[in-house]
Amino acid sequence: MNKQEALIDYCLRLGDNSLVLGHRLSEWCGHGPILEEDLALANIALDLLGQTRNLFTYAAAVEGKGRTEDDLAYTRNNYEFRNALLTEQANGDFAVTIARQLFYTSYAWLLFTELQKSKDETIAGIAAKALKETSYHLRHCNEWTIRLGDGTEESHRRMQDAVDSLWMYTDDIFAQTEGDALLIKEGIAADAATLKPKWDAMIKETLTKATLKMPEGGFMMKGSREGKHTEHLTYILGELQFLQRTYPGMEW
Amino acid sequence: MEDTVKQEDHFNEKLEKGDFIEPKDWMPEKYRKTLIRQISQHAHSEVVGMLPEGNWITRAPNLRRKAILLAKVQDEGGHGLYLYSAAETLGISREELLDQLHTGKAKYSSIFNYPTVTWADIGAIGWLVDGAAIMNQVMLQRTSFGPYSRAMIRICKEESFHQRQGYEIMVALSKGSAEQKQMAQDALNRWWWPTLMMFGPPDAISSNSADSIKWKIKRETNDELRQKFVDRTIAQVEYLGLTVPDPKLKWNEARGHYDFGEIDWAEFNSVVKGNGPCNRERLKARVGAHKNGEWVRDAATAYAKKQAAKAAGSLVA
Amino acid sequence: MSNSNNEWPLWEVFVQTKSGMPHKHCGSVHAPDKEMALQNARDTYTRRNEGTNIWVVPAAAITASSPEDIGPFFDPSNDKAYRHPTFYTIPEGVKYI
Repeated sequence: MNKQEALIDYCLRLGDNSLVLGHRLSEWCGHGPILEEDLALANIALDLLGQTRNLFTYAAAVEGKGRTEDDLAYTRNNYEFRNALLTEQANGDFAVTIARQLFYTSYAWLLFTELQKSKDETIAGIAAKALKETSYHLRHCNEWTIRLGDGTEESHRRMQDAVDSLWMYTDDIFAQTEGDALLIKEGIAADAATLKPKWDAMIKETLTKATLKMPEGGFMMKGSREGKHTEHLTYILGELQFLQRTYPGMEW
Repeated sequence: MEDTVKQEDHFNEKLEKGDFIEPKDWMPEKYRKTLIRQISQHAHSEVVGMLPEGNWITRAPNLRRKAILLAKVQDEGGHGLYLYSAAETLGISREELLDQLHTGKAKYSSIFNYPTVTWADIGAIGWLVDGAAIMNQVMLQRTSFGPYSRAMIRICKEESFHQRQGYEIMVALSKGSAEQKQMAQDALNRWWWPTLMMFGPPDAISSNSADSIKWKIKRETNDELRQKFVDRTIAQVEYLGLTVPDPKLKWNEARGHYDFGEIDWAEFNSVVKGNGPCNRERLKARVGAHKNGEWVRDAATAYAKKQAAKAAGSLVA
Repeated sequence: MSNSNNEWPLWEVFVQTKSGMPHKHCGSVHAPDKEMALQNARDTYTRRNEGTNIWVVPAAAITASSPEDIGPFFDPSNDKAYRHPTFYTIPEGVKYI
């Protein structure tokens, strides 16, 4: 893998993360626990979608084959997607959605904090913008984690269940490829390995405030970096890509 | 008694002068009730209206359209929120209003009981349904109740892109492949008549219209708005190269308006009564969201109480 | 306002649109506490880049003058034209005043 391929792969991976997670959050639209929260989740989904578009547009430019953001979103197959397994997990109840947000957003916040210093100016620019958005997302999910964890008995139980059930997908967020090593050496990508201990500390702090237990060890599922996904992704792509697959090459 | 008469005179005087009525002002009970009914109906329509369009967020054909649609459906939620707030100034809680919706006591715009079966429906809704809604809403910016008027001003400002994005979708489809064009025509066929019904029953039989006009809650009648909508929309249909599903539609030189065919009020009444294609699903989705959210809302309340108790405790200490 | 059940309380939202401008009332939201009220206000009322600062105030904490006060409160200032600069005559040619 050369540097160009590594960079495309890196942008796609980050863009896939926000595309798939944004897709999940947008499923809440019209079904949230209260109208105010519907608006909040849609705002986050819109930010994520914006991040995807920036990253895909850049990936397509680096590739230089004339593909567009939409080609990348709508014509790749499930094994070509690189989003973290966590992001494709179903919404579940609101606690699952918040736990997924907490795990992903804490990572994204650490990542974009590093990437805004990237030697690749486009990446740095995208990251700086995304960092502001992510800071708000982090506040949102931290506050909710605390309220659900330290709310009622029922909410505590649900939130702990959510944390426990998604825990097995958290290592996968940090998985790296050989291409990453190349980009890290060039000062373009962030070293996910150095983010992990910080992430642990962030999660621990929030869970503690929320009177929740941090899971320890256990089975960790991985595979997203090689395009090995859970069952959920093909359903997501089935919806996402339906029109483009049914009527290829049309303008909409 | 004499007091009430004096207050009513004062109230009417204010309306006459074009002053706004504010929540704490004296108002006839029937004015208050009419407003609560109308504003909450409007709020419910925004919120239920999120569902048919929300269907297509995950299936939007490209990322640009996806962002637009998500922002638009989110706006509807925001507009519902503004309107619930306006209704709450009249002394009814949002919880009560939602309860009326969930138990079927309150109505919402029947248009949202029709299904969105193709992507073109998203275009047709933005263009026609929002177009019709905007006519109503523009008028309501000058409605006599202050909080309602202020909410409508904000809503109109935000809605201005909604109709355009819908028409843009229709333009793209009508310039596209034969299949896309057919999709657009099919959507127009299905949405045209229900859109005309949105303006409500004909003036001759509308039970609420007269009071609403008298109190300056509404400023144009159902039929006036409907005619205005048809007159404005036909040129837009022609630009798309599509046909309105009404053989009687014809320009009337003498009237200076389009004549159009008879609306099927039996269908309208039937859908209002609950027998539209999606009434049950829509209500079920709203009730479900509220029920599933109950433990979430309770959790936040419980947390707030604990925090307040802690703060009080530390003050004492 | 009836709030007998578990409904989240109502908060009034005031948004400052530009630095230096006064905060302006723009609507209300429901929220369980002040942090969530702030977030909900942000998500509801600044979706179009309308804000630089937000105030949220519990609706129950607002004291308003009543409609009956309109006469005694506001009419008395009606006849004090000398409070306005246009009340005064300045000789022609005199500047900067």
